[in-house]
Amino acid sequence: MYTDKVMDHFANPRNVGELKEYSGVGEVGNPSCGDIMRIYLKIEDDIIKNVSFKTFGCGAAIATSSIATELIKNKHVDEALELTNKAVIEALDGLPPTKIHCSVLAEEAVKEAIADYKRKQGIDMETNTQCDNCCRD
Amino acid sequence: MNNKKIYLDHAATTSVDKDVLQRMFPWFSENYGNPSSIYSLGSKSKKVIEDSRDVVAKILNCKSSEIYFTSCGTESDNWALKGIAYANQKKGKHIITSNIEHHAILHTLKYLEKQGFSITYIPVEKNGIIDPIKVKNAIKKDTIMISIMYANNEIGTIQPIGEIGLIAKEFDIIFHTDAVQAMGSIPIDVQSLNIDLLSMSAHKFYGPKGVGVLYIKRGVKIDNLLHGGGQEKTRRAATENIANIVGLATALEKASKNLKKYNKHVSKLRDLTVKLVMEKIPETIINGDIKNRLSNNINFSFRYIEGEGLLLFLDMSNIYASSGSACTSGSLDPSHVLLATGLSAERAHGSLRLTFGWDNSIEDVYIVVNELEVIVKKLRELSPLYDK
Repeated sequence: MYTDKVMDHFANPRNVGELKEYSGVGEVGNPSCGDIMRIYLKIEDDIIKNVSFKTFGCGAAIATSSIATELIKNKHVDEALELTNKAVIEALDGLPPTKIHCSVLAEEAVKEAIADYKRKQGIDMETNTQCDNCCRD
Repeated sequence: MNNKKIYLDHAATTSVDKDVLQRMFPWFSENYGNPSSIYSLGSKSKKVIEDSRDVVAKILNCKSSEIYFTSCGTESDNWALKGIAYANQKKGKHIITSNIEHHAILHTLKYLEKQGFSITYIPVEKNGIIDPIKVKNAIKKDTIMISIMYANNEIGTIQPIGEIGLIAKEFDIIFHTDAVQAMGSIPIDVQSLNIDLLSMSAHKFYGPKGVGVLYIKRGVKIDNLLHGGGQEKTRRAATENIANIVGLATALEKASKNLKKYNKHVSKLRDLTVKLVMEKIPETIINGDIKNRLSNNINFSFRYIEGEGLLLFLDMSNIYASSGSACTSGSLDPSHVLLATGLSAERAHGSLRLTFGWDNSIEDVYIVVNELEVIVKKLRELSPLYDK
């Protein structure tokens, strides 16, 4: 069902946990959908120096969070903002169709964490914290 | 990590028993005659089918002529519901069922709703058991059928079939029970329970996949589902699946003979698992009534985690189980059965069903509980809900 890459990131997730000192934190999803992702960022001079995550969700949700943290580490925040769910899927060598929403969630969690950082600097940024793609009705 | 293959999903399916398989073999390429043919090769097939029918009838305490072989439990359910609905629609178009039925029932009834039938879904109590009074109160003038499962496939709860049967009899309403999950664990006497129709499937009790039974009480008006040749007394067309029918009868006969031994074996393993899990893994609940449930079934919800991850890690440890989590079903909604018992979606997502069988041992229980303890801890450490 899953690629080796997904299974690797699920079984050995990178950057797990909370950051004690962080510049921004973003949480998306909700428990009734079965997915919640929270991403912490430590940013210095607009560079993501450290990143970590916590995820409640299926194997794909854990794997997309894990790979997303790898993809944005040491990147400029503007570059990290360009992370798409498509890039997340590609980095994992693909996801089953029913799990595409997990990659969307990872993209949104990164954006929300950066938005939190920007808000602290007095810059407003629109984000989407509800998993539109995951729950019906 | 555990290297021994431990199968704990016997409610999904079972392996074919070796004796059963042996009895099936001759009916593939040795005695392959069509039972409808008049020469001896055909009549040999005909005879073994009738012998198999006798075996099933004896176990259910009905007449052989009331046993119809089908291709699976789903076909039996479809035939029962559609067949009764269409044949009796002049009397009325109302059907009563529960909200924890298998999809073979629920989706068939959804189809019948589109055809103009009205369905009442009785909500189960928090313990996953139907209150027969609610069934009685739901009866209308135009109620033609009550269909309630014997035992639930996810949480194993056993329904008060005898009481519901009495109610159906009192109001002269046809009573069908989906006994797919109960067969092989509970002795069922269709006469004393006032059951008019009963579905079963062989692969749940160590028989082959692709064969089931619909018991239809004599005198019950039912339309055909399959039209064609004159097989099964013109009620179910299609050349009989001889080997599978032999397999079903052999498996059922063996299961009935060993019923007590089986229930003792699996309940011992199940009870030990419950005891150890509840001791070792905090914030765990049991879904479904703990007493009135199938002897081989347990269903847990581990708080703060999601079931698919649990199954994937168990699989890596060679342990095969199932979950009511949405992620494992291909749908986006968690199990309708768990939600029907009042469980929150979050808890339903974190559920795990373990169903034991003949091939499991005490050693398996200790391995599984140890693995579970580690996996649940690992997933909780990953969960943002856990620190709240």
